[in-house]
Amino acid sequence: MGKYIEMIRIRFLMMLAYRTNYYSGILIYSINIGAYYFLWNAIYGDKGSIEGMSALQMTSYIAIAWMARAFYFNNIDREIAQEIKEGKVAVELIRPYNYLLMKTMQGLGEGIFRLSFFSFPGMVIVALIFPIAFSADPVTWLLFAVALVFSFLINMQINLLTGILTFFFYNNTGLIRAKRVIIDLFSGLLLPISFFPGWAQQIMNFLPFQGISYVPSMIFTESFSGSEVIHAVLLQIVWVFILVLPIQTLWLIARKQLVVQGG
Amino acid sequence: MKYTQLFFQYAAQYMKTRLTYRTDMVVEIVSDLLSQAVNFIFILLVFGHTSMISGWSREEIIFIYGFFLVPFAIFGAFFNIWDFNERYIVKGEMDRILTRPIHSLFQIVLERMELESLFGVITGIAVMFYAGSRLDLTIAWYDPFVFVLLVLGGTLVYASIFILIASISFWSDSPTSIMPMMYNIGNYGRYPVNIYNSIIRFLLTWILPFAFVGVYPAAYFLGRENWYLYAFLTPVIGLVFFLFSIFMWNAGVTKYRGAGN
Repeated sequence: MGKYIEMIRIRFLMMLAYRTNYYSGILIYSINIGAYYFLWNAIYGDKGSIEGMSALQMTSYIAIAWMARAFYFNNIDREIAQEIKEGKVAVELIRPYNYLLMKTMQGLGEGIFRLSFFSFPGMVIVALIFPIAFSADPVTWLLFAVALVFSFLINMQINLLTGILTFFFYNNTGLIRAKRVIIDLFSGLLLPISFFPGWAQQIMNFLPFQGISYVPSMIFTESFSGSEVIHAVLLQIVWVFILVLPIQTLWLIARKQLVVQGG
Repeated sequence: MKYTQLFFQYAAQYMKTRLTYRTDMVVEIVSDLLSQAVNFIFILLVFGHTSMISGWSREEIIFIYGFFLVPFAIFGAFFNIWDFNERYIVKGEMDRILTRPIHSLFQIVLERMELESLFGVITGIAVMFYAGSRLDLTIAWYDPFVFVLLVLGGTLVYASIFILIASISFWSDSPTSIMPMMYNIGNYGRYPVNIYNSIIRFLLTWILPFAFVGVYPAAYFLGRENWYLYAFLTPVIGLVFFLFSIFMWNAGVTKYRGAGN
């Protein structure tokens, strides 16, 4: 266990060395939040609420969705693809640790770094510019934190899956790009899932994506009521378990038929 | 003459290299299409809950987005020099560029072109026809010419902003982070400017004139007469900003000192 925790620490320190790169990131996210802030206010116009959310809840939703993205988002899929392409994965496989778990830990180190140096100060800055509703209820914050952990795990698992697919496709930069675009829409980053038409919501109930952004953001803005929160978090947990299955299967097949290109 | 000839030779060469890896190219075009589709779906979803956004209907917003795609695609094909600082200044590649007997910026445009981005022109025009037919827009004989003129204006706006930022690299060495920021600010131009507050509207019109890539020129085709003045300013703004950016580029090149080594 110690070596995995050490990995989180090392990745955190690595990111810390390049922390100045992140100041512009906060600005970019703020620019995006700003665009959606004006757009949503225009959409609401004089309507009091849409799909049970007020304009203020919506801007808070957008802000927290982007700042939470800074935490769960990482390029581990691209890193894995790179290591497979360069043949480094062969060396990784003989090292005395679980490769996928190690990658997860690196992602976590990155996430913790961004949470403290990106999401947190970013949220403070955004709250100074735009009106954002923060809950006063500690239970909401606690549930939000729990949901955020699972949102990280689900996103991480999807990244691992995409990364492992490189074993079979060799060059999957296109797949990685496409995955990112799809997650932005279907995870509820761009707009809440409740804004989709009924049939689309039905389909998305069978997909893991809404666990990434929709669930934590809805909890943060208190747009979910009582039992909905518990239900949503449980759904996240179920997905974390379900996703283990395809990852392990593909990983086993991939290791058996590994072809190292160069190296 | 020499420049056009060179351009076509480079373009032919580019096609050859790209066509060697056909699947890569197809995948790239498909993932571009996918992100355009996501933006399109976003507009559709939003209008499932409202009929107007600041006085603009669903079809009008879709039309503006379609128009925006055209100059953006041309810009992406030729002026996508977001990595100029890293690629040419830090690595000292600019030395090689300066020994070539054509204008340095033109040489870089030739080297950095990404012709597959032009696919967005087709998507954009298709989106405009879709929205236009639902709005019962009619096309006058001169409209295609106006369209070309306004698209050129919009492309020049985008190009000049990126050239200006690239030029900063000649004086200072850390503007790499400004480039991605510009893409995000550029997205503001996809929606009508009257949804923003007056400061941002002023900024998008006169300082970083991204509004001239989407709303303003599109307003002409949508018959929004109160915006006509801005619509016809598009080529003027494009040209003025472009000349200014070329001037700054040329001034910057004289300051270039090489990367050592």
